[in-house]
Amino acid sequence: MKIVDLAVSSVRELNAALHEARGDPSRWRVLTPGGAHAVAVGLNAPVTVEIEGHVGYYCAGMNQLATVVVEGNCGTGVAENMMSGLVHVKGNASQSAGATAHGGLLIIDGDASARCGISMKGVDIVVKGSVGHMSAFMGQAGNLVVCGNAGDALGDSIYEARLFVRGEVASLGADCVKKEMLPKHLEWLAAVLEKSGANAKPEEFTRYGSARNLYNFKVDHASSY
Amino acid sequence: MLESMCGRGPDSAGFAIYNDEAPEGWIKVSLQHPDFAYDWRKLVSRVESRCGAPVNLKKKSTHALLVVPTDETTLRVALAELDRDVTILSVGRRIQIMKETGTPREVVERFGVREMAGTHAIGHTRMATESAVSTAGSHPFSTGMDLCLVHNGSLSNHNRLRENLKKDGIEFRTENDTEVAAGYFTWRLRQGMSLREALEASLEDIDGFYTFAIGTAEGFAVLRDPIACKPAVMAETDDYVAMASEYRALIGLPGIDFARLWEPEPGIVYSWSRA
Repeated sequence: MKIVDLAVSSVRELNAALHEARGDPSRWRVLTPGGAHAVAVGLNAPVTVEIEGHVGYYCAGMNQLATVVVEGNCGTGVAENMMSGLVHVKGNASQSAGATAHGGLLIIDGDASARCGISMKGVDIVVKGSVGHMSAFMGQAGNLVVCGNAGDALGDSIYEARLFVRGEVASLGADCVKKEMLPKHLEWLAAVLEKSGANAKPEEFTRYGSARNLYNFKVDHASSY
Repeated sequence: MLESMCGRGPDSAGFAIYNDEAPEGWIKVSLQHPDFAYDWRKLVSRVESRCGAPVNLKKKSTHALLVVPTDETTLRVALAELDRDVTILSVGRRIQIMKETGTPREVVERFGVREMAGTHAIGHTRMATESAVSTAGSHPFSTGMDLCLVHNGSLSNHNRLRENLKKDGIEFRTENDTEVAAGYFTWRLRQGMSLREALEASLEDIDGFYTFAIGTAEGFAVLRDPIACKPAVMAETDDYVAMASEYRALIGLPGIDFARLWEPEPGIVYSWSRA
């Protein structure tokens, strides 16, 4: 295992070393992150990076192939624009977790605040706690699973992402509606909940998604746009 | 705490510290004059002759702290008549404000903030986006007796709000948006609202992006805009409550590894009082 202490090394040095680990399934442990921004960003190899503590903004952004585990909380935009791989936050995540992410799995053991999964494009996000307002705003593809509650305007202006919420939804956003839970959804949920280590049953969730009324401009809907 | 936030805003910095209380019937006033060589003694002797009692004066850099046996209104009227170039940074029985252009480190050293103590304090480091880099545009802003405001964000309806508040007698010295928020709270408190009521009313009246931290004689309050455009993180232990824009700013605090860390929810007024 390679150990990098951010009290000694800079984030730039850490990221450069991680970028050089192409194709090498090495294991890294990052000490004293101290809320630093952009820790373990732009990884493109199947490395495993464990971060001992809290990180700042954009941790594990643009991740491909790598596994990044944060043993603490994350600031804004964890795993933003992730392409593949796994990002696991053991604490809470701030705003815009998994923003615009195309693939991979983002697991948040605690809560995620506003705009979790904003403009998600294919990522799977499992939040074991609750999410804040405007989550999955303009979500285009992928799945957002919330074991707790969702804040206001869930799935506002959603395209095709699937949303599963176990608890209460404060309100649904424009064009987001409750949908029927089909066997294929239950099956998919069971698998992702198990993979994430979430203590919840698929039947306890409600599915939400796009009513597809905002896809095309209709003059009658002018006030909704 | 502020040095780690310097990247967010290095152009000016300020501090409000709540410490020894002025005697009953006296007020503490933080004043600023741009001239380092300004004759504070002359001003003080004129204030003394108005009040008919001795005034305590402490000078530091461009600032002076006066302890005066009078009330806020009398003092404001007197100073406006005596010297329009003197800016009142704070008025209260416990608050003292120091603020200037420069990095947090420079401002701390200029005013000897490291040697100061108190029950609670608010600091701010600024990156100007809406108005000039100046002492008057620095935070914290005074909003009344023992009250001050710091702001992260930008307000979008400050021009209209400023005009409306001027009609109700609130004075402004800059084009700064935060000064309008400070003026708004002063106006609401003058109407008899509690601080909590004023903050709740601001959710309707103030438009834009903000995290506000408001210092009071007894503690402080926090409010984030309902959209949550601007960040805030809290740390609570048995010994203290701390708030910052980011966790990075909190890492030097004692016992932070065991603190309860959380984000204030948008659009909700939080407040704390000292024990």
